[in-house]
Amino acid sequence: MSTSPTSQSPFARIRRRFFSNTLGVLAALGLLALTVTAATFFAFNLIVVHYPADPDATVLGDKLLPPSKEHLLGTDNLGRDVLSRVLHGSYVSLYVGFVAVIVSLTIGVVVGAVSGYFGGWVDGLVMRMVDAIMCFPSFFLILTAVALLGPSITNIIVVIGLVSWTGTARLVRAEFLTLRESEYVRAARTLGQSRTRIIFRHILPNAAAPLFVSAVLGVPGAILTEASLSYLGFGVQPPQPTWGNIIADGKPYLLDAWWLILFPGLAIMLTALAFYLTGDALRQAVASREAK
Amino acid sequence: MLLEIKNLSINFETPYGKTEAVRNISWSLEAGETLAVVGESGSGKSVSALALTRLLPTPPARYVSGEILWKGRDVLKMKERDLRSIRGGEIAYIFQEPSTSLNPVYTVRNQIAEAIRLHRPEVRDVNDEIRQALDLVGIVDPEKRMWDYPHQLSGGMQQRVMIAMALSCRPDLLVADEPTTALDVTIQAQIIEQLRQLKDKLKTSILLITHNFGIIGDIADRVAVMYRGEIVEQGPTREVLANPQHPYTQALIECIPRLGAHRRRLATIDHDALLTP
Repeated sequence: MSTSPTSQSPFARIRRRFFSNTLGVLAALGLLALTVTAATFFAFNLIVVHYPADPDATVLGDKLLPPSKEHLLGTDNLGRDVLSRVLHGSYVSLYVGFVAVIVSLTIGVVVGAVSGYFGGWVDGLVMRMVDAIMCFPSFFLILTAVALLGPSITNIIVVIGLVSWTGTARLVRAEFLTLRESEYVRAARTLGQSRTRIIFRHILPNAAAPLFVSAVLGVPGAILTEASLSYLGFGVQPPQPTWGNIIADGKPYLLDAWWLILFPGLAIMLTALAFYLTGDALRQAVASREAK
Repeated sequence: MLLEIKNLSINFETPYGKTEAVRNISWSLEAGETLAVVGESGSGKSVSALALTRLLPTPPARYVSGEILWKGRDVLKMKERDLRSIRGGEIAYIFQEPSTSLNPVYTVRNQIAEAIRLHRPEVRDVNDEIRQALDLVGIVDPEKRMWDYPHQLSGGMQQRVMIAMALSCRPDLLVADEPTTALDVTIQAQIIEQLRQLKDKLKTSILLITHNFGIIGDIADRVAVMYRGEIVEQGPTREVLANPQHPYTQALIECIPRLGAHRRRLATIDHDALLTP
């Protein structure tokens, strides 16, 4: 939209600062590669293409083989290729992570915006509700909900989203409390703008940067929760592989077949790490806006 | 009569006490006229200006009594919907701090366009309208400047953009609340001169709110002096400046620094003397 060669929008400046952070860019590239992989294997699952082997093909004669040329990450107790299972299960983690965060972001933004913009008794009521929800040990809440509703990807996403929006709501509320008193919001009011427009067009974009950071940092939390649920058997049901249930399947063979647990574990760790590093770099790029 | 304020009183009421911010003030404004409301901070001048379109948050503010007649209709009895079309559309505001009055995430063009679309939906060529508005307030190269973000402009230019935005909706009244206080002295003079020219060109009424008697002489037709929520003196600018009646007005005029006048300490206001008649 701009006619000048380098855009001077505040978001463009944050972007430029982010790209000067090597570690952050590397982490972001890692995430990109991961997303592409996950999307590819999601497509493979749909059109029933298997690579490098069928993740569900059991060859009992080949069970518990250590990593080798034929099976790069070894095989499990049913002789299934671990690499294939890790790859074919990769999309579950990212899918749950992204969608759960979108759900929690939506709820958190609306609740936080209402609470922060209107203040007064509305704010008091909403924030006490948030406090009450935060007092619940959320993981057990999730376990209970999934136990009642039945384990499926959709249920997991909805339940994670429903319990994790409180942090976002608090963040948005705090931003709104500050921004609603700002001169440009007052100016928008004197121009006769409606409340909805002031909230979504004038305040929210100014809170977008910290919100985006918290969203990126929220994804690994959701991924880890999904992995924990799958590990405990409340998540995606076998035989569909996910990183969590591959580890669960490998647990009895921990001492004999370390590869069953190490590789999916590494996949979870590296994914979470990539999100945290990217989020951290973003946070720095956003924070130096104020420092400038 | 464009605007008439009759016996208006406004309180701020909190659990910790009550403040009478505006006490029984009355003034009026003809179309095309410029009124300056002068007073120190806390005298109630900004509060009465925001009250014109009921912009004060209630609570803590409470409109205790009086009427605000805008084109004959009482603002204090209007519906929120009607108020919104008056705000910006008929009564536009500019504020003291131009650097924070513009939204940092939008370009100048974007912000003025929003104002135009809101109040003048009939305008076809919004870009051309913006170009004209920026040109009118003396911005050089408006074609290029309109794509700038607020932080790329100087304070004086930001205030010009605010004025352009306010005027782009073709208001009948422009309320300028301390429009030059945050700017340095040379820019102050330019902005006041700009307002004076615009008022002649567009026939917009101006309500100029300031603590500085020094800037009103060239622009205001009439002046009202506020002190502690009351209007203590009101009249044609020239008369008030030449022959101030109320001791507070005299004291305020004494406070204006004059270059090379006399070498003594600048006068300050002795509130105790004013309050014990």
